[in-house]
Amino acid sequence: MPDLLIELFSEEIPARMQARAAEDLKKRVTDGLVEAGLTYAGAAAFSTPRRLTLALEGLLDKSPTVREERKGPRVDAPEKAIEGFLRGAGVSRDQLEERDDKKGKVFFAVIERPGRPASEIVAEVLENTIRNFPWPKSMRWGAGSLRWVRPLHSILCILTNDAGEAEVVPMDIDGIKSGNMTEGHRFMGAGRFPVSGFDDYVAKLKRDRVILDPAERADHIWQDATNQAFACGLEVVEDRGLLTEVAGLVEWPVVLMGEIGAEFLDLPPEVLQTSMKEHQKFFSVKNPKTGRIERFITVANRETADHGATILAGNQKVLSARLSDAKFFWENDLRVAKSGMHQWTDQLTNVTFHNKLGTQAARIDRIAALSREIAPVLGVEPDLAEQAAKVAKADLSSEMVYEFPELQGLMGRYYAEAAGLPAEVAAACEEHYSPLGPSDDVPAGDVSKVVALADKLDTLTGFWAIDEKPTGSKDPFALRRAALGVIRIVLAGDIRVHLDRFIDSQLLKHKINLNHLGASEGEIEALEETLDEIAEHGVFGAAFHAVIERLEGKDGAPDTGDGSLLRTVGDAVPDLSTDLLAFLHDRLKVHLRDEGVRHDVIDACLGMPGGDDLTLLVKRAHALGGFLKTDDGENLLQGFKRANNILTQAEEKDGVEYSFGADVKFAETDEEKALFAALDRAQADITPAMQSEDFEAAMSAMAALRAPIDAFFEAVQVNSDNDVVRRNRLNLLARIRQICLGVADLTRIEG
Amino acid sequence: MAEQISKPRSFQEIILRLQNYWAGKGCAVMQPYDMEVGAGTFHPATTLRSLGTKSWAAAYVQPSRRPTDGRYGENPNRLQHYYQYQVLIKPSPPDLQDLYLGSLEAIGIDMDMHDIRFVEDDWESPTLGAWGLGWEVWCDGMEVSQFTYFQQVGGHDCHPVSGELTYGLERLAMYVLGIDHVMDMPYNDPQTEIPLSYGDIFRQTEEEYSRWNFDVANTDVLLKHFEEAEEECESILDHPYVDPKTGKRIVMAHPAYDQCIKASHLFNLLDARGVISVTERQAYIGRVRALAKKCADAFVQTEAGGYSEE
Repeated sequence: MPDLLIELFSEEIPARMQARAAEDLKKRVTDGLVEAGLTYAGAAAFSTPRRLTLALEGLLDKSPTVREERKGPRVDAPEKAIEGFLRGAGVSRDQLEERDDKKGKVFFAVIERPGRPASEIVAEVLENTIRNFPWPKSMRWGAGSLRWVRPLHSILCILTNDAGEAEVVPMDIDGIKSGNMTEGHRFMGAGRFPVSGFDDYVAKLKRDRVILDPAERADHIWQDATNQAFACGLEVVEDRGLLTEVAGLVEWPVVLMGEIGAEFLDLPPEVLQTSMKEHQKFFSVKNPKTGRIERFITVANRETADHGATILAGNQKVLSARLSDAKFFWENDLRVAKSGMHQWTDQLTNVTFHNKLGTQAARIDRIAALSREIAPVLGVEPDLAEQAAKVAKADLSSEMVYEFPELQGLMGRYYAEAAGLPAEVAAACEEHYSPLGPSDDVPAGDVSKVVALADKLDTLTGFWAIDEKPTGSKDPFALRRAALGVIRIVLAGDIRVHLDRFIDSQLLKHKINLNHLGASEGEIEALEETLDEIAEHGVFGAAFHAVIERLEGKDGAPDTGDGSLLRTVGDAVPDLSTDLLAFLHDRLKVHLRDEGVRHDVIDACLGMPGGDDLTLLVKRAHALGGFLKTDDGENLLQGFKRANNILTQAEEKDGVEYSFGADVKFAETDEEKALFAALDRAQADITPAMQSEDFEAAMSAMAALRAPIDAFFEAVQVNSDNDVVRRNRLNLLARIRQICLGVADLTRIEG
Repeated sequence: MAEQISKPRSFQEIILRLQNYWAGKGCAVMQPYDMEVGAGTFHPATTLRSLGTKSWAAAYVQPSRRPTDGRYGENPNRLQHYYQYQVLIKPSPPDLQDLYLGSLEAIGIDMDMHDIRFVEDDWESPTLGAWGLGWEVWCDGMEVSQFTYFQQVGGHDCHPVSGELTYGLERLAMYVLGIDHVMDMPYNDPQTEIPLSYGDIFRQTEEEYSRWNFDVANTDVLLKHFEEAEEECESILDHPYVDPKTGKRIVMAHPAYDQCIKASHLFNLLDARGVISVTERQAYIGRVRALAKKCADAFVQTEAGGYSEE
């Protein structure tokens, strides 16, 4: 059973692509071999900056012979049919056998595919893999048309038998001939050398200063880095992503630790870390006692006679130039911050947020106004919320954030602190972006929460107002993330807020801005009046109609007829609002499903009153979910469904709705009377429970209906011949329906 | 082991060594293009000659202007006028990486003492409608060159592919010579009778141009020039291929391309004056790219661009 060794040797492969490429090589080659009948015992793939390597153990030396029988037409079938069969099966007439079948004599073709030598199959599969390799980006070079991530220089492909003798698998891909040769390190290797098998390959590479396995290189880097730091009483700041990347930039890692100039040590640690990582791929080394970053680790790709002194000095020089820039930004920024950040907020008037939604400054004004409105919900002083919103994005104009966009928010916090702003405001600068992803925490401070909610709601309503909703996989403005952010902030803080009102007024504000230029006299004023009405009474429809009524019949008032701007906006806002709430509900469903809440349970709660109060909605869903898990809950659900089915059928047949007038005096049986009594009791318990939003109590009261309902159906035939009795019973069922549907829409529950 | 190569002593010595090295490798050593450009890539010896099927090998210094990078001669590393060294070989030879490393040795970088790395960096020029894959080359953590395999220029697929090397001469020379501020760098041999530093030659012009670029350049005039260049470029290309006077087929790709270069530089000046908003910026870049594409279309209709009557 031979072993197979493949190495594709090229110019430097981007570090971020190496791991995936090694896996793709393994998958494509092994899939191809197995499909051709060549199985193997084990496979491993590796990568360095200049090579992808695949080692297979225990490969079959040839694929097995395959026999296939194919049934053809009857012997007396028309000549055309027989010829067609011969073509399809790829056999000649004399290879056909005649056999007896139920229908008479029939032709059979026996096709035998002899096994093929491994070498032939490997060559085909590898060529196919190389020509169709799934690089994220590939290129051509020279005068050829072959594509690879960077120019491909050589192909090593050998089969090594049990005696250790290697045989080259011959192939020629656009002039690159396979062989048994490779080379080691670009600068420390000794030229090209032959290889007889995997162990020999790994050993010779090491001799020529290449560590093949990326995990081994990463281990080596991490061990050496932590040891060097430890020896100085310091520790390396862990960064897995950087470690993987750096391991992909070197074939022979040499870890060097250097000092950061004293003049830079007062920069915020995040600035040092980001600058060193982004520009130089350096690890940060911090003093565990002070938390300060004092040194850096760089990883060179070679050993030198001076033990890296020249390399380290060069790196240190580059770092100094970079940090001089950062220090320059930091000091300039601090000056602006201490003068009150006005310069930055002013600059945002020149920065476009979105060509339809206006500048960043206009956006900040909207967020600040909305923050004022939301503030009381969280018991926050409106002035403080507004102040926080006004400066929360000021750092977007700072030089540091221009250079390192990933530091937005964090720099805002530093600068707000430097400006002497309240701690809650500084915190909001950093936290109002959160949560950025499923693993990111929601903001901790209440002021931060207010600004975060205002920011996200303004973004959502803005893009809804201009009809830029996410579709399929396209969500360029991260609106799903914004919606999930709103949901998580509300739920995590148990915040009781009716979102409808804020969504309506913010949508209206966007519509006002969008129509500002094209509006006629009085129209914008009328819409602004509507905004004030909403602020006072909270309902868009009522507010809007009040304004319209006041305008109608007034001299010189703007047009309020069909097709007028006012009507168009007045019709659009409620539709958009409903649509956006449905979008929030969809995200909530996904969020709750991840927490194990059944989708039908959520559906049963979505349509209930107060659906824009997400905390209430979830409370109801949790109570219902728990209730349905109990025996009583499950049985009550069945009873409800039975009642509802009978009722629906009767209503369809009779063309009326049974909803009122059940009277105990027409009750005939004890069970029927008992149900009347039970419903009265349940109603008496459920009404106050619902009023105090105690869903558990309401549902346990509902559970008490289970036995009487079961007993009723056991003993009573609803469709009595006596019409009065029948109607009374249907009206009784309607009471069951009404009580249950007041708690949750049980018709949406499956099963 | 290669023979020990002496350290160069001045900026110009580094340039001379690069010229000699690439001349020795068979490149035509060309001179800078006589127009204002933002980078060596704009020289027709790169942009146009990377198109078409004909083989090509050229090396040259290109003075480059980036008005927004002006710092009045005060910043140790930033200049609004600087030099690039540019090499373009088509088709890219299989040993281009080794040739490049040889050029670093030629200017005194000892491969046994330094850490040279090829770090992924894909190149794209939105104004030229061009892109390629390659690396930035690091020496001890510092970027010293761009190394690119051109895939597309002016919207045309490059076939064969050109290999392009671009050295930022000031930065590279400062590293090799161990200088911390560009203005302190010896321009000629410091042992000579009249030693001149980079600052002796360029400090004053950096000041003058920084002031002009940022605050004085007449934006109305620049804007008008931009539109004229754009118009002229298109009108040149609108002429029929056959010249009515000589009766010869003369496609005027180069004169048109000059106007494209002009438009591109005028855009850079307008950008430095801060009169182009973020949204307009894209539109201007698109206009220059449209010109570059038309010039590329015209060039492949010329003999140098691989056109033949048959």
